[in-house]
Amino acid sequence: MTKPLLKVSDATVRFGGLTAVDHVSFEVNEGELLGLIGPNGAGKTTALRAVTGVVQLSSGSVELDGQRIDHLSIDRRIRKGLSLSQQLVKPLRDMTLLENVVLAAGYNKTASPLKALVNVDDAAERKIAQAMLDKVGIGPLANQKPAIQPLGILKRLELARALALQPKLFLLDEPLAGLNSKEARDLASTIVELNKSGMTIVLIEHNLGEVIRVCQRLVVLDNGRKIADGEPRGVMNNSEVRAAYLGGDVVAEKGGVHASY
Amino acid sequence: MGYEITLLTTMGISILFALSLNLITGFCGQISLGHAAFLGIGAYASALSTKAGAPFFLAVLFAMAFAGIIGVVVGLASLRVRADFLAITTMGVGFLFVGIVRQQDALGGELGISGIPDTGLSRPAFMVLTLILAAIAAALSIYIKRAWMGRVFAGIAEDEDTMRVLGIDAPSYKLAAFAIGTALAGVAGALYAHHLKFIGPESFGFVESITVLSMVVVGGIGSVAGVAIAAALLSVLPAWFQIIGDYKLLVYGGLLFLMMRFAPGGLAGIFASAMQSRNRTTNRGKP
Ligand SMILES: Nc1ncnc2c1ncn2[C@@H]1O[C@H](COP(=O)(O)OP(=O)(O)OP(=O)(O)O)[C@@H](O)[C@H]1O
Ligand SMILES: [Mg+2]
Repeated sequence: MTKPLLKVSDATVRFGGLTAVDHVSFEVNEGELLGLIGPNGAGKTTALRAVTGVVQLSSGSVELDGQRIDHLSIDRRIRKGLSLSQQLVKPLRDMTLLENVVLAAGYNKTASPLKALVNVDDAAERKIAQAMLDKVGIGPLANQKPAIQPLGILKRLELARALALQPKLFLLDEPLAGLNSKEARDLASTIVELNKSGMTIVLIEHNLGEVIRVCQRLVVLDNGRKIADGEPRGVMNNSEVRAAYLGGDVVAEKGGVHASY
Repeated sequence: MGYEITLLTTMGISILFALSLNLITGFCGQISLGHAAFLGIGAYASALSTKAGAPFFLAVLFAMAFAGIIGVVVGLASLRVRADFLAITTMGVGFLFVGIVRQQDALGGELGISGIPDTGLSRPAFMVLTLILAAIAAALSIYIKRAWMGRVFAGIAEDEDTMRVLGIDAPSYKLAAFAIGTALAGVAGALYAHHLKFIGPESFGFVESITVLSMVVVGGIGSVAGVAIAAALLSVLPAWFQIIGDYKLLVYGGLLFLMMRFAPGGLAGIFASAMQSRNRTTNRGKP
């Protein structure tokens, strides 16, 4: 039996009158690569943000490894083993790509101001950071500033930086957006490798072809509600899921699942 | 000779004071509009101590601790809120400080405290002490910048929300910057009081807070050398040009505005881009 690493129970997030996440429950098992999908505005990003604490739950709970984490601050949750690669990339623009990742890789040395004051050496973190940049395919750009980079590079920087936190549970919000199909395929393979090496991953992605190719299970949100949860093919054949992707322009070629009407 | 000694002592105190704000505003990006209050807290704490018979060195330590502790209290109350809230709170603290001191007879009220005891150091020795303490503050700043703390400060200055998602306890770091910065301001205050032998509430008001902020901005937010140079230059201007002393708020406030508008990198930024374009021309000249 695999035990759930993350357990979201009856989670609700409201923004004023809008219910972005509506009584959603799902679990992520240890070692799993879970796809979190749904149309634009379904509440996927908000659901992950509620897990990391960027937004507050109106009700419900989040457990990591059997411990409630929803009352903790963002940084405390991150230090429990979460990492979020954000949909909207936020590189620190005054630093090089490498320095951005170094900052994340030094999480042990930045655990408190006192530790950060007495630690100067960063050789080990630079090595890790370079390895992370290499892993996502932007190693040669290490010493460039983010300001002049195209979105595809910044998306991978965001991923490398989040990865440098060496999380137990890796939350990826549309890492493939902005990449061309070859880059997307390569990065999807990198994500699979990470998963194979033991990392538990939640992947939000609109590129359904890649999602079906790499994910072991899908959770589908629509209008803030969970409408399906299960093995990819079954989920993609679900009529409610098809209806959610109304218009049928989303075709999952890879799995042979066609949502077109 | 006596004139030069006074001048250098004044410069040293200003450098120390400006570097203390640079840690908060320059390194960590937290704007304080009431930093002079902490100079004042240090000045009053040390003056009252030496007047009560405490040795000068102990009074300096007390000033440092006391200013730092008040700094932490103010920080705890305001740093958990958004960044711009600190500017408002510290401005309030600045006015509060002056208001309280004016009302308290024990603190000398409007008249201030005069007859602050001799430190036991000769004037040149006091100058050397001041310059050494300014140098220590500069060395500490450079060390912090190189340490992991400096990296985290720079990240917080740029984007606090992103730092939190990277696992950084941003409020604690901001509090640390504020504690170190206010404690150093306390030291500068102790030196100030024992240099002039007289202090009054108007020396630590809004104008002084703007003056020190303009030193940090003119020097180049975060640049240790730039801020030290700017502090040294700007601190002696009022002594050389009477008119500046008369219109301090206008001059320093105007300078602050002009730098932010036209050269946000300050002297350090101007210097860096000058070096860059010079290198470019030299490189072009090479075969
Ligand atoms: N900070 C916010 N304040 C107000 N409303 C918000 C906020 N963040 C998201 N929303 C709203 O909540 C709903 C869900 O948004 P969310 O970003 O979670 O969707 P999503 O599934 O990630 O969509 P996409 O696929 O486009 O990224 C949307 O209607 C959005 O406009
Ligand atoms: Mg989203």
